[in-house]
Amino acid sequence: MEKIIIAGFGGQGVLSLGQFIAYAAMYENKAVTWLPSYGPEMRGGTANCSVVVDDVAVASPVIAVPDCLIAMNKPSLDKFVNSVRPGGLILVNSSLISDKVERTDVKVLYIDANKIAHSIGNDKAANIIVLGAYIKHSGLFDKEVMVKTIQKVFAAKPKVIPSNIAALEAGWALE
Amino acid sequence: MSEKKLMKGNEAIAEAAIRGGCRYFFGYPITPQNEIPEYMSWRLYEVGGSFVQSESEVAAINMVYGAAGAGARAMTSSSSPGISLKQEGISYIAGAEIPCVIVNMVRSGPGLGGIQPCQGDYFQAVKGGGHGDYKMLVFAPSTVQEAVDIIYTAFDKAEKYRIPVMILGDGMLGQIMEAVTLPEMIDVTKLPKHSWAADGTGVGEKRRIINSLYIQPDVLEEMNKKLYARYAEMSANEVKVETYKCDDAEIVITAYGSVARIAKSSVDILREKGVKAGLVRPVTVYPFPSETYLALAKKDCVKKFVCAELSMGQMIEDVKLATNMLKPVEFYGRSGGNVMSPEDIVDFVLKEGK
Repeated sequence: MEKIIIAGFGGQGVLSLGQFIAYAAMYENKAVTWLPSYGPEMRGGTANCSVVVDDVAVASPVIAVPDCLIAMNKPSLDKFVNSVRPGGLILVNSSLISDKVERTDVKVLYIDANKIAHSIGNDKAANIIVLGAYIKHSGLFDKEVMVKTIQKVFAAKPKVIPSNIAALEAGWALE
Repeated sequence: MSEKKLMKGNEAIAEAAIRGGCRYFFGYPITPQNEIPEYMSWRLYEVGGSFVQSESEVAAINMVYGAAGAGARAMTSSSSPGISLKQEGISYIAGAEIPCVIVNMVRSGPGLGGIQPCQGDYFQAVKGGGHGDYKMLVFAPSTVQEAVDIIYTAFDKAEKYRIPVMILGDGMLGQIMEAVTLPEMIDVTKLPKHSWAADGTGVGEKRRIINSLYIQPDVLEEMNKKLYARYAEMSANEVKVETYKCDDAEIVITAYGSVARIAKSSVDILREKGVKAGLVRPVTVYPFPSETYLALAKKDCVKKFVCAELSMGQMIEDVKLATNMLKPVEFYGRSGGNVMSPEDIVDFVLKEGK
């Protein structure tokens, strides 16, 4: 079972980042739940989603102790950093978060996601950069699975597929 | 069998209702169920149905009353404050013996409350809700797939007993996305005609009148008895319950809807810690699966029940009645829109067990 919390500002694509993981899980015949925070928040407000991927039917979609936290902004890191299980993974969007994680019992990846997204010419794809890094370092899916997922999810908008796959590749390439 | 789709609870419920024959939807917006009317607003036109965003919840339920009274498969959806507004209409529909489907994606209350998940409408749902002696068939699905499967046949149940059927969800069920397999679209042209429907047919026969006014006490009492005989039949046929790891359980956790799946994880965590825990999950909260609870209460191994709800304690009253208080029934709840985690229930069980 893999339990992931993805959090950030509204507009950073945290909900869609979670949805890509959920779609990929479904295409891989795994069980998955995607539970969003919802409310009056708009762009600039806080947003998060909880994604649970399992080989058998998911019981609780509510996560208290995630295996992985993807923090796209500082309030999200502050809110969830201590909930990650020891030995878990934290992905920090270092474009917006200058702090370092003080915990030593988790693996931390600092990703300059907005800068990388800008460098490949797709400012909106910071979330996909992080997605690429996440699937590589978690080992949850092969890159090809996520490439196919992007192609299926964007089937109606083929124009955006190449730039999103480029973002995924850029994230995947990060050590 | 169709391909799996990743769908939001609200959207999956709307699609499955249409596939089960719903062709008329009347609603008024309210969070957290807005994806249902939004989906219905375009999808119904594709299948030759009608969608009306009414001027109010009161209007919406009375539109359901009218369309369903003409024999159509009609439904509405709302969330707690909106369902309160619909109660008068629901009572009339129950009194006039009209089948329909109502979805309540419960939010926190009382009053306007909040928009986050809650289970504070349990009493309202299982006791009737509006005025007068009546009941509904109330389902509390726990997953999106279960919600799909239930609403797909909800109109069949409503028509069988000529009652309103309620799907009692919550904000979590409405907003969550899961992979679902959707059932086939039924052929609505093959649905049976109703002998009672005021649809303009049956010229020369006895007039068909849709009515809930019975001025003569004796006549109304007969009507009350007739309705309750039907509820008794429904109770005999429609009770649905899931038990999980109850065979040797000492601690029986009980919960419905979204909370039940959280509690299921609690059971697994407790088992890993060596605590013999189990789960009882009513799928129908009315009729209530009392026999399952009583049988468990009579088992020597069962030490106590723990009722977990997103409320200040509502289903616990039915649990106490059903178990005859043979074993203690403790309560763990969150409210206001806060949602417990599996670990919260585990902590409660471990703390209370000492």
